[in-house]
Amino acid sequence: MEFKRTIIRTLSILGQRGAFGYALTEIAKINDEIIALTADLCTTSGLDRFKNAYPERVVNVGIAEQNMIGIAAGMSSLGYIPFATTFANFAALRSCEQMRHFMGYMEENIKIVGFGGGFAMGMFGITHYGIEDIASIRSISNITILSPADGLETAKATIAASQFKGPVYLRLTGVMNHPIVYKEDYEFEIGKAIQLKDGCDIAIFSTGGMVHQSLQAAKQLEDQGISCKVVNVHTIKPIDKVAIYKALDTKLIVTVEEHSIIGGLGSTVAEVLSEIKEKPPQLTIGVSGEYKPAGSYEFMLEQYGLTNNHISEKILEKYREAI
Amino acid sequence: MIYIDIIKKCEMASLSMRKNILHLAHQAGSNGSHVGPALSIVEIMAVLYLQTININPSNPTWELRDRFLLSKGHGALGYYVAMYEAGMISKEDLYSYEVNGGFFPGQPSKNLSLGIEYSGGSLGMGLSYGAGIAWAAKQKNEKFKVFVLMGDGELNEGSVWESVMFAKHNKLSNLTAIIDKNNMQSDGSSEDIISIDIEALWRSFGWEVSTSDGHNVKQLTEAFKQNNTDNPKVIIANTIKGKGISFMENSKDWHHNRLTDDLYQKALKELEKTGGADDGI
Repeated sequence: MEFKRTIIRTLSILGQRGAFGYALTEIAKINDEIIALTADLCTTSGLDRFKNAYPERVVNVGIAEQNMIGIAAGMSSLGYIPFATTFANFAALRSCEQMRHFMGYMEENIKIVGFGGGFAMGMFGITHYGIEDIASIRSISNITILSPADGLETAKATIAASQFKGPVYLRLTGVMNHPIVYKEDYEFEIGKAIQLKDGCDIAIFSTGGMVHQSLQAAKQLEDQGISCKVVNVHTIKPIDKVAIYKALDTKLIVTVEEHSIIGGLGSTVAEVLSEIKEKPPQLTIGVSGEYKPAGSYEFMLEQYGLTNNHISEKILEKYREAI
Repeated sequence: MIYIDIIKKCEMASLSMRKNILHLAHQAGSNGSHVGPALSIVEIMAVLYLQTININPSNPTWELRDRFLLSKGHGALGYYVAMYEAGMISKEDLYSYEVNGGFFPGQPSKNLSLGIEYSGGSLGMGLSYGAGIAWAAKQKNEKFKVFVLMGDGELNEGSVWESVMFAKHNKLSNLTAIIDKNNMQSDGSSEDIISIDIEALWRSFGWEVSTSDGHNVKQLTEAFKQNNTDNPKVIIANTIKGKGISFMENSKDWHHNRLTDDLYQKALKELEKTGGADDGI
């Protein structure tokens, strides 16, 4: 599928959910086995476009996420490629055992799309924040975890998931008018992190909506004479170990994610580093502490220190300790 | 005449299946086995595997086969012995029950080349998988049927009812659920734990409901006959946990237990005495 600049802009305006719906509709044109499932969140999932084009290929299971995973698994046993969608936390927490059973244990070829990862659901509140989903899913065998950085990457990750044989959890973050990370089409390969910017003092590994914030934070640090490499970790599992090894000659390794600092990208990178004797210190930036009062997306990022200003400040402080 | 022969065949097989269940439970030694839950499904499994479901023992992955899912995975012994009677698996396979690292563990693990469609064990998930297969089969115009065997205790799981609603709404008439209603669960009598009117519940969800003596091969055979409605079908099979062995019947202790040498001999003698004749035709 070709992505021209106008499409890339549209995907950014739509946000990750809309970009997913766009991509799935395009894939369905050429692959009859694509089925979309929703647990009463068709519009919220960005599936309206798909439903208009292929009404008979959308299955609404009602507000029943656990059932949705089993149904998707059953469909896949007859060759369908089901994309089952719901909020990230409902998929990963309420249906966690179904994901373990049907995706981990039985290895059915289904794709779970968890949207609203991080704080995208804003005023919906804490029940709708997806900040523990990576942690819960990552410990289950056989599930590939994708976490795209912008609209274009969401479309490319959706295509890659449809072509990949095996269970995939696609984590979507951010809201509409998603900042653009990729202005032009590029090569996306599951399991291969992408270096977006070179640098020698600090290596920042970032994922999802935090990639854009990290690029901006890196720019702020550059202004202070600190050279930062920024790597987009669009695949959290399997992790690209080589990309981490390439950062061993820096003075500080940083991870940034819109997710709990326990069990997410930071933990994944730490697990890789733990096997290495000589390594730089690590700073894990993400969601920590108690559940804070709900607010808008921007408010929540501010509150948890996940804006570019906060990120660069935290990095600077740690960097001064490290050198 | 042919019909009577089939009934007789299922009854004879049931006796042989019970003997094999005891043999395997004894062989499993201190690992222990879910003996009671296996003995209660023997006739159901015999009818399914020897006459109702359309399978090809020499080609377990035949695309048009009916799908059978043992959602109550702890009935594994009753399942394996039926597959053996149907010629799906060899005696060697059967006797590898609960062997470390083997293909026939205490709860079935999906293995299509052996004819095992579903990994059981965690309750309340088989019906959703079956509903997904049934939906896909309708969509693809496949004529095969899907059968899901559940326990009555399993109906405590809320996820079951999510699947029940889905199947009715989508008119999955190619889906049949079977409830092994032995009125017992791990901690004892279902009546004491969660008391529900199973038949009224399924009926209220719009399913085609029939009841049967779960140890009467003839009644079960009738119950499995064609569903002519648009609705999914459930057969509530009234059974006895531990059926056939007096000291196991309706005993919570035999939900999962170790069959010692003495008890094995005692149980075998009982089976030989009854000779399976109590089911009659």
